[in-house]
Amino acid sequence: MPDTRTIVLEVMRYDGAHDAEPRFQSYEIPFTDDMSVLQGLQHVKDHVDGTLTYRWSCRMAICGSCGMMLDGEPKLACRSFLRDFAPGPLRIEPLEHFPIERDLVVDIGDFVEKLARVKPWIEPRVARALEDGPYIQAPAELDRFESFSHCINCLLCYAACPQYGHDPGFLGPAATAMLQRYNLDSRDGAAKERMEVAHSEEGVWSCTAVGYCSEVCPKAVDPANAVNRTKTESAVDWFTRFLRRGD
Amino acid sequence: MAARRPYVRPMQPGWWRRNPYFVRYMAREATAPFVALYALILLAGLVCLAEGPEAWRAYIEALQSRGWLALHVLLVGIFTYHTFSWFAIMPKTLPPVIVDGRRLEAGAITGAGLAAATLCMWILWIVAGGAA
Amino acid sequence: MSKRSNQPFFWALFGAGGMLSALVGAMLVFITGIAMPLGIGAPGDLAAYDRALAVARSVPGKLFLFVAVSLFLWHAAHRTYHTLHDFGIKPGAIAWVCCYGVALAGTLVALGALFAVGF
Repeated sequence: MPDTRTIVLEVMRYDGAHDAEPRFQSYEIPFTDDMSVLQGLQHVKDHVDGTLTYRWSCRMAICGSCGMMLDGEPKLACRSFLRDFAPGPLRIEPLEHFPIERDLVVDIGDFVEKLARVKPWIEPRVARALEDGPYIQAPAELDRFESFSHCINCLLCYAACPQYGHDPGFLGPAATAMLQRYNLDSRDGAAKERMEVAHSEEGVWSCTAVGYCSEVCPKAVDPANAVNRTKTESAVDWFTRFLRRGD
Repeated sequence: MAARRPYVRPMQPGWWRRNPYFVRYMAREATAPFVALYALILLAGLVCLAEGPEAWRAYIEALQSRGWLALHVLLVGIFTYHTFSWFAIMPKTLPPVIVDGRRLEAGAITGAGLAAATLCMWILWIVAGGAA
Repeated sequence: MSKRSNQPFFWALFGAGGMLSALVGAMLVFITGIAMPLGIGAPGDLAAYDRALAVARSVPGKLFLFVAVSLFLWHAAHRTYHTLHDFGIKPGAIAWVCCYGVALAGTLVALGALFAVGF
């Protein structure tokens, strides 16, 4: 009969209705080797404290809902395991650089607005009718943007980015990865329009190549690569802008 | 339903100290003033050279002091850290490099950069000797 | 549409200076700051005025020395300025002028000195 091991979770709590500022609350819970941090939180909510509030859905690292700070590092709760933090205390806080809505839930409205700004859809390069049939895209063409298409919008990269922390006006890693995902897609023709968003100080030029965003990304999107390649494109465009006629 | 009152956490001044990744980043950025310092030392040498043999001799004698030598040993270390950190971040700034139909790993790009640096520094050493 | 940033100009100089200093910086520091004053190896001969002058008078020597001094300064200016806020210093106009002003001044002095050493 295996021993019941326990782990201490120190969870940040905040309720705007009666808290002036966030506080920590400790929970000691039993756990088994296969339990994720998300399951630990679910145990708290189901058996200890029903008021604990957090986002989750797929519990398999594809929906991007359960991003939070675990001992100061941005991680997906469903993909992090209690056994790695035992006996604790494991400090659980909401994603950094976003306003706290309640407990571990943050307001991600800023990102949603930025995502819309980069026009995250195909604007056909060449007009195409249904009768023309499907697009043909070679593996090499898919390769150019595929990793950027793996983003699950979990926002760990925004929590990781100190420049976004200093200036929430910064477009940021995931939005820029999405910008490149469409710019590099052979079917798309709106690269120039999207680059308008990138050229400003708060476009890509707030990035100082810290690179931590790519370190924490659970889907190996490499947003740091997206942002810094966009910097190069933006710089080339800056130098050649007077050479183009009719611009 | 209660009114929303989102709480904004300000970034702390020591934000980078708690995470080794950020400490390395700040160390990388902190090499900059030292790069400037060396450039100014080199510039001082050029000015002394332009002023004539006396000024040049004084410059060389100053560089021979323990303080300036120790500083240059420190600067060699700092410049070396700059070399490593520069090529470590370089893969992030490049589009995919395709060799033989396969994408080069970040480590290979960094390695190539460090190899290039080693070669360039070796050539510089030889040229500096040859120029004399 | 947001105002286009003018960072690319300085960023390009930052990149060039960063690449040059990454490729040769440590060795250059060793040569001019340790080998030359201590007379180590062949570069030690550069401590002699005639030899140093010959290098500064040669076309490749002039070019290399100018590019090294100038690009190192522009690299440092850009990186220093953009790191100030990471260290908690709000960068304003004064900080901008200090950082990039040193690079500009250094570039001009280098030009002057390399002209003054003759050909």
